[in-house]
Amino acid sequence: MISDMNFFERILYILERYGASYLKGAGTTLLIAIVSTAVGCIIGFAAGVVQTIPVDQKRDSFFKRILLRILRLILDIYVEVFRGTPMIVQAVFIYYGLSQMCNIQLGMWQAAFLVVSVNTGAYMAESVRGGIISVDPGQMEGAKAIGMNHVQAMTCVILPQAFRNILPQIGNNLIINIKDTSVLSVISIVDLFFVHKSVAGALYTYFESATIVMLIYLTMTVVTSRLLRLLEVKLDGSDNYEMTDTMDIGNQLGKKRS
Amino acid sequence: MENILEIRNLKKSFGSHGVLRDISFTVKAGDVISIIGASGSGKSTMLRCINQLEDATSGQILYHGEDITAPKVDVPAYRKKVGMVFQNFNLFENMNVLENCMVGQRKVARKSKEEAEQKALFYLEKVGMAPYIKAKPRQLSGGQKQRVAIARALAMEPEILLFDEPTSALDPQMVGEVLQVMEKLAQEGLTMLIVTHEMAFAREVSKRVIFMADGVIEEEGTPEEVFGSPRSEKTREFLSRFRKC
Repeated sequence: MISDMNFFERILYILERYGASYLKGAGTTLLIAIVSTAVGCIIGFAAGVVQTIPVDQKRDSFFKRILLRILRLILDIYVEVFRGTPMIVQAVFIYYGLSQMCNIQLGMWQAAFLVVSVNTGAYMAESVRGGIISVDPGQMEGAKAIGMNHVQAMTCVILPQAFRNILPQIGNNLIINIKDTSVLSVISIVDLFFVHKSVAGALYTYFESATIVMLIYLTMTVVTSRLLRLLEVKLDGSDNYEMTDTMDIGNQLGKKRS
Repeated sequence: MENILEIRNLKKSFGSHGVLRDISFTVKAGDVISIIGASGSGKSTMLRCINQLEDATSGQILYHGEDITAPKVDVPAYRKKVGMVFQNFNLFENMNVLENCMVGQRKVARKSKEEAEQKALFYLEKVGMAPYIKAKPRQLSGGQKQRVAIARALAMEPEILLFDEPTSALDPQMVGEVLQVMEKLAQEGLTMLIVTHEMAFAREVSKRVIFMADGVIEEEGTPEEVFGSPRSEKTREFLSRFRKC
């Protein structure tokens, strides 16, 4: 009977029967993408901060310098490995490898979050490092000149600006993750792509199901990119500012003194 | 009066290039010292060494008798007492004017929010920037930015303020407003060390003038001595080039 329908009727039929499954799959996709991008950002910021700690040959202890060098070597290896191999292979490697080699039984969900987070973190590490370096060195000098130490200068001055600089990169990663979580179907995560494969296989409606899935992916990515653009505008703040009445300031000062 | 700073045989080289070659002088409380000299004579490098933004190659910088080039010195604590105003302002781009003047007091001096705000407003009022507390640095003109930067440095209540060519990045019509503020501070007795190309200002406002050439102090004295009757040939030549324009 499905063979008697035309293209649009078939799409409606699929949506009627499997609409809820598609939505659930899309929800899974979004959940993994958003959480893993957030965790990946945290990993990336931590790595980027470590990579940009200045080394003072005169004042830093030998121990601190060695520790920093080892940490950086580990981070370099991490970035190269996870940036240089496909995520689909990483998923299989971690999901099956950890249980065989280390006897750690990861659930597929844990494996999914782990793989996407760690993968995103590897990309973000370089973005954050670049974001930190791209902040005008004068900002760091200004912070030092009023007596801030490196940690204070980073948290109050440099990182907020670096974050703003790499926000487009974070958005990029989120959109890539929304699409690339589709590879997690190799470890049986029921995401949007997995639903597509099941439905298309059951009804032999590959084109129709792909059309639906394309539209859902596109909706998710377009909405995401618009929202991120809004966030950028909000972070930049208004182009105007209000002048403050000096009389008011005098009154405020007076009030606080009394 | 007691020396706040005493620079002893300061040397700084980048690779084989000696930028500072044996600099010695002292700064006492209330001193307003202008440092003049051609570009590349080492003026800014010296100021940056004093604030430890550059590591001196050798020599000592004594702050109340303590050598702050020693390895174990708490540099941030020292910098809190020795403020710096930069040629390019270096206001924090992610904060508004008021936050710029408060963040150091809050994070470094650990002052309460009320106290920090009050002090910030007091110094912003002094430089004439109080109406702009809600503005972001990118919305201000160069002269306004520099006045905020001065207020930010003052809000830490430093013992001495270093100025690194504070008007060199400004349009000519904005130079005056910044110099006015600096003159006011000098009259109020703030200890200042000013690297500048503003000869008229150096002559009128400072108590002492240091002329640097090729990494050494070529001549040092009162403005009358240095500008009026320079002893060194290099000073005369430098000053004559300024008078022509």
